[in-house]
Amino acid sequence: MKRRSLLRRAGALPLSGKIGLALVGFWILAAILGPLVAPYPPGAFVSEEVFAGSTSQFWFGSDFLGRDVLSRLLVGARLTMGLSAIAVAIAVALGTGLALTAAVGPRWLDELLSRAMDTLISIPSKIFALVLVAAFGSSVLLLTLIVAITYVPGNFRIARSLAVGLARLDYVEVARARGEGRIHIALVEMLPNMIRPLCADIGLRFVFIVLLLSGLSFLGLGLQPPEADLGALVRENVSGLAEGALAIMAPAVAIASLTVGVNLLIDAATQGNVK
Amino acid sequence: MADAHVEVRDLCVTVRGPDGAPLRIVDDISFDVARGQMLALIGESGSGKTTIALSLMGHGRGGAAISGDIRVGDATLDGVGARSLAAQRGHRITYVAQSAAAAFNPSRRVIDQVIEPALIHRTASPATARQRAVELFRALALPNPETIGSRYPHELSGGQLQRLMAAMALITKPDLVIFDEPTTALDVTTQVEVLQAFRRVVREQGATGVYVSHDLAVVAQMADHILVLNRGRVREQNDVRTILEAPTDDYTKTLMAAAHPVVAVAAPAARAPEPLLAIHGIFAGYGPVDKAGRPANPVLSDVSLTIGRGAAVGVIGESGSGKSTVARVVAGLLAPTAGQVTLDGEALAQTVSGRTREQLRRVQIVFQNADVALNPAHNVGDILGRVLRFYHGVSGAEAGRRVAQLLDLIRLPAGVADRRCGELSGGQKQRVNLARALAAEPDVILCDEVTSALDTVVRGAILDLLADLRRELGLAYLFISHDIATVKALCDDIVVLYKGTRVESGRCESYSTAPFHPYTDLLISSVPEMRTDWLADESFRNSAPFAGMNEQPALCRFLPRCPVAISGRCDTIAPPLQSMAAGNIILCHRTEEELAR
Amino acid sequence: MSGAPAMSRWRGPLRLIVKRIGLAFLTLFLVSLVIFTISGLLPGDAAQEVLGQSATPEQVAALRHEMGLDQPGPVRYARWLQGILVGDPGQSLVANKPVADIIAERLPNTLTLAALAALVSVPLAFLIGIASAVARGRKLDRALNILTLSMVALPEFLVATIAVLVFAVKLLWLPSIALIPKDPTLAEFVRAYAMPVMVLTVGVVAQLARMVRAAIIAELDRPYVEMAQLKGVGRSRLIFRHVLPNAVGPIVNAMALSLSYLFGGAIIVETIFSYPGLASLMVNAVTSRDMPLLQACAMIFCAAYLLLVLIADTVAILANPRLRQG
Repeated sequence: MKRRSLLRRAGALPLSGKIGLALVGFWILAAILGPLVAPYPPGAFVSEEVFAGSTSQFWFGSDFLGRDVLSRLLVGARLTMGLSAIAVAIAVALGTGLALTAAVGPRWLDELLSRAMDTLISIPSKIFALVLVAAFGSSVLLLTLIVAITYVPGNFRIARSLAVGLARLDYVEVARARGEGRIHIALVEMLPNMIRPLCADIGLRFVFIVLLLSGLSFLGLGLQPPEADLGALVRENVSGLAEGALAIMAPAVAIASLTVGVNLLIDAATQGNVK
Repeated sequence: MADAHVEVRDLCVTVRGPDGAPLRIVDDISFDVARGQMLALIGESGSGKTTIALSLMGHGRGGAAISGDIRVGDATLDGVGARSLAAQRGHRITYVAQSAAAAFNPSRRVIDQVIEPALIHRTASPATARQRAVELFRALALPNPETIGSRYPHELSGGQLQRLMAAMALITKPDLVIFDEPTTALDVTTQVEVLQAFRRVVREQGATGVYVSHDLAVVAQMADHILVLNRGRVREQNDVRTILEAPTDDYTKTLMAAAHPVVAVAAPAARAPEPLLAIHGIFAGYGPVDKAGRPANPVLSDVSLTIGRGAAVGVIGESGSGKSTVARVVAGLLAPTAGQVTLDGEALAQTVSGRTREQLRRVQIVFQNADVALNPAHNVGDILGRVLRFYHGVSGAEAGRRVAQLLDLIRLPAGVADRRCGELSGGQKQRVNLARALAAEPDVILCDEVTSALDTVVRGAILDLLADLRRELGLAYLFISHDIATVKALCDDIVVLYKGTRVESGRCESYSTAPFHPYTDLLISSVPEMRTDWLADESFRNSAPFAGMNEQPALCRFLPRCPVAISGRCDTIAPPLQSMAAGNIILCHRTEEELAR
Repeated sequence: MSGAPAMSRWRGPLRLIVKRIGLAFLTLFLVSLVIFTISGLLPGDAAQEVLGQSATPEQVAALRHEMGLDQPGPVRYARWLQGILVGDPGQSLVANKPVADIIAERLPNTLTLAALAALVSVPLAFLIGIASAVARGRKLDRALNILTLSMVALPEFLVATIAVLVFAVKLLWLPSIALIPKDPTLAEFVRAYAMPVMVLTVGVVAQLARMVRAAIIAELDRPYVEMAQLKGVGRSRLIFRHVLPNAVGPIVNAMALSLSYLFGGAIIVETIFSYPGLASLMVNAVTSRDMPLLQACAMIFCAAYLLLVLIADTVAILANPRLRQG
């Protein structure tokens, strides 16, 4: 029954939302199945020609070393999607967790956390990420953590304002008057009412994280070879830019289709909720 | 009617319902308004009264579709062959909104907004419009009519803004003025002043009007004819006197009965019950507390009251009187800066965290607005079950049985337990809100304006329920309200708060005849009565001798508004507490004989 | 007679603004702590890195002493902060020049780029945002919504790639590298800046337009708007005289946010077009782990962000009669 109602809700989305859903669904599938269906090993030099155009053999042509772009793209998509998803989960868990702590905790703790987050949010996210990368380097694990931490303050700010708004509502007051503990109030009275409004924020933050991760890789500061996410694929083929090679366009368009898809889906879904 | 100035035939308004299907919210309404007359549209929320009023301006909220024939003067809805209603907005047809505080643009000076209709419709030059505005301000009894316009909306009170909005509506000398619940958001003592101003100015200008309200007594003062609405349909339509004196429709009768709540209580009036909960000399407020122990925004000063076992004590006051703060202090949500709350003679800790679970269980609080008092993420069974588990350690099947009992107690079917609160009606939600307090099996319930957000008829039912529960369970209530009729209907003792001080306290009966505190007197006499000549009768000339004076915490807080203040006494020393013969205690310099007059 | 009340009228907002300025400085101080802690204290030995693996321990120790790295953290922080305050954030480890000199050379370029981008994007964003809000729910709004929604999600390097492909590769109108000659003619200037500005603008316009729309729509839902309509106020008067003055606060805040987003965008854009600005300098500093340079760049970006927010706050305070008379 649950599945049917989900299906019905998907069917009720406007066209833009359906396109978004299709794009997001496609990339989730690609991330899961991509490496299995990739026609060639991603590191194999399979084409004689570098920066070849589309052929029946290599749908998206070949890259600057003559590797198959489609295969590399499918593997890169898994990295981009996977790392971004993990990063967004960390960012939201930390941000929302701290926000709830601030909302139900003593006043000084709220002020301390808010001041700290206000400080961090004053460092533009890409600048912050650059400083972190310079200091800690960019192994897969560190990079994921860096990207996650960069977006904690933003999530904290939104979640805190939601939580503080809820804390003033009568049902939370009633729970306090009943003598309920802070943990009960945070997890049972407040959190369930934050999930829906936070969903949109989680989606947006996923988009930011994909863009930041790809941007760092594009600058050569993200994933290091041989690991290659979508941003790194753009970077390694940048010498093909002057020829307008498919090898550089394909991963760039792939990132865009993912981020635009998520954005369209969130927008359509939240408008549906408002109605 | 040959000289009908407004003519409405077969008016229907359709909106898109929640499921997307068209929903008819106004169904086949016809009426006329003669020139110079005032028609009242009366009904509860959802009756379509505002929708009808707005359709007279060709305005449908949220894309509502208006159909039927509407004519105002020579303008019609579709404007074919003449002018359209929409083109008359702000010119020949004007509007006074319910909440002037929200309907004024916060970033523009009031005068610019008042004369704006005259300027955009070019009915007057800026200078003439200003002049006319000042005349209207004067006619509406606004203070400093020459300069009040240069203020911003946030610098003015709700009653002043409401009158300024009337000036804005009259600036173009319109053919039709629509008043949309213009006094509903105001305190009762302010409402009288505004109603008087409206009545005078409407008579002077000879304006034709449509007056939308839920309050029959208010309408009785303003209107010539009444149209009673229910769910978008006309129930009864007649002149004011006939409706008030001989209503024919059952719904009209229900509405009139509900306006005067009478609760059949077997009140344990005679015997003095043992004290259960007592408040001694409470001072409280918000914001940081200074060295002398005074908070930045003091709200309560020296408030005391006692609730006997099974007794109902009413706390009455207007907005800003601190009546809700009393409940918050008692519930331990706000720590008082001085004073004490005792339960069965035992002092309670200042806040929740210092009280035992048993103490918490015995004192329960119920808030005004059930929409935000019930967590939308949980269903009714969970909400009640949590209380049972928390205080009584009951869970599982036993909890389910107790939940069913509770629902039965508040006269709701057991099936409600599985529903989310969003699916319930306003009255049902308020019942669940009560049931949550009952689940604790408390000794006393703090009811903070629990009936204020409800429609009159539903309000009556909730009051009946409260009275029944009191009788069945021996509950005591601290009943907080702004409405003296409601408090009188339910309570044994009544405390009147004004700006955080207790100006009067006594048995319910002592509020029927003088002597009263001057503020109590104003409060009681300001409640509109259901007769057409009430407003004309009452001489509310508020000629307070110290009207210009600022309030001082050391003196009587009511001094700036008091019509009987004594020069040299009231403005120099704090008033004493005096006991009257009827047993009520009054904080005033005037003697019993003087107050009885 | 008018002097005293006029003074007291401004005292309220003045106090608020002074408070905001103080808060901005406090935040900047805390930011400097964060940046220094992350980049100055935690990582490995800068002296070792400068000298390479072949250096003898004595050489390293000597350089450490020279660089002050043998001092405790708080002392190093105090020195560094003092340096920043007097405009001397130290010596670049890689270029072996004072950081201040390198930045002085690059900063004007980034400011020019950002100013041009702002100049193009702000009016465009207002146009889109207002048009979209006025046509709320109608076709134009829906189309603009999807357009801006997609534009904000585009990575800069995709926009840059497409732009290069179209204007440099296919049409041959513009160079694919932004080389600015000394004393350029107007045509040279436009040719050099056209693509970087275009790419930067795409994201900023979309973001700002969305926020402008949201700010206006939030106002359109307020009761005073319906009241104005019922007074017979026309659409353009409604937007410009009634709604916009109330939306100034959120809109200037949105502008501050969007313009700070320019810095982020500049990082990619300057790199792609080999533009000699501060952002590409910072990327180089990361790659070469040139910490003094990196710290200085980061501080400049943060200070610029805080300045923008401060200006926005001040405008919002002055635009709101409630705060203005506070």
